[in-house]
Amino acid sequence: MSKPLVATTSLAGCFGCHMSLLDIDDRILELIDLVDFSKSPVNDIKEFTQMCDIGIIEGGCCNSENVHVLKDFRKNCKILVSLGECAIMGGLPALRNNIPIKECLEEAYLKGPSTRNANPEGILPNDEELPIILDKVYPCHEIVKIDYYLPGCPPRADLIWNALVALVTGDEMKLPYEVVKFD
Amino acid sequence: MNEKIKFSIDGKECTADKGTNLVDAAKANGIYIPTLCHLEGVKPAGSCRICNVKINGRFMTACTTEVAQGMVIENNTAEIQELRNIIVETLFVSGNHFCPACEKSGNCDLQALGYRFKMMVPRFPYEFEEKLVDAESPKIFIDRNRCILCKRCVRSIKSKDGKSIFAIKGRGHKAMINIDHELANRMTDEEAQNAMDTCPVGSILRKERGYLDPIGRRKFDRQPIGSEIEQAIK
Repeated sequence: MSKPLVATTSLAGCFGCHMSLLDIDDRILELIDLVDFSKSPVNDIKEFTQMCDIGIIEGGCCNSENVHVLKDFRKNCKILVSLGECAIMGGLPALRNNIPIKECLEEAYLKGPSTRNANPEGILPNDEELPIILDKVYPCHEIVKIDYYLPGCPPRADLIWNALVALVTGDEMKLPYEVVKFD
Repeated sequence: MNEKIKFSIDGKECTADKGTNLVDAAKANGIYIPTLCHLEGVKPAGSCRICNVKINGRFMTACTTEVAQGMVIENNTAEIQELRNIIVETLFVSGNHFCPACEKSGNCDLQALGYRFKMMVPRFPYEFEEKLVDAESPKIFIDRNRCILCKRCVRSIKSKDGKSIFAIKGRGHKAMINIDHELANRMTDEEAQNAMDTCPVGSILRKERGYLDPIGRRKFDRQPIGSEIEQAIK
């Protein structure tokens, strides 16, 4: 029987959650025995070629491309997991959520110390090649249905490991107190 | 000697002194009733509702209820736990609780209840409402993004001559905690620390303190909130 297929992505995240996945240390060898990786930054596969069993999402949705990728994951994965605070509640990118988008862009491109003198024409990024920034950063479950949530910033390696093993084996997940943290 | 009252919590026979509120009475019998607004030694307000229990079949807040002879109390039932989950989840979405960027993380009662209740995600949409920070005072600042309006500070933090340093301004969803800057300017380091420790979340913080305790050595890193009560009397 073929191994379960796992896909991962980082939307509006910092890749810290993916780093934490690597923090499972030598269990990474067991992981390779347990699952195969499809589309993921881990192996640089860019497109889905077949239905995956588990999709792991790091980061929330801050622009139209994040929404596109997230919907693509929902379409191509049987189970979707929100990994980390940004996927679950927007995280640090969502600190902008109560600031009007115009103010954010002006601060970044017109008034900021590094752009103030470098952008005399006062151009805001507006090319059709660029993803459109959303009015605010959305948690993933406010865009598509998410099946499981693994909190943490980053989620502890043991939490990710326990969750993956439980999902693959169908056993009940081990949830010791120390591994479920919001920071 | 004080008059002893007999009552039961989840079927366990308990005794406590007459005049004790239910939170403290349960604690004396090794039973944890979760609290956020309650502060030992301060007149209870019953504002956060997390200590809701069922007394003789009716919902009551444990902190504002005095223990009475023969009371039958339900505390740890699926129905009550669900209510408490809803309260914690509501608090998480109605404020802007960015735990990874909060100095109180690991020492925060609200976060600790999230851990104890195994909250993976709130069921409600996040509001992300704009809330203001007041950093005018020299020793402390107040970050209203994290405030849960428990009124602990309003009720217990007073100046040397008994004046309230904190007060509520506005009503309903516009209610917010304000500082009397004149009084706050005269706070000592010790009083500032006390104000910070009184706040159950990361709303009142001392300035120039930052992240003092390393991860792993904070209050709720290893043990769930309330476990010290449950372990004291088995």
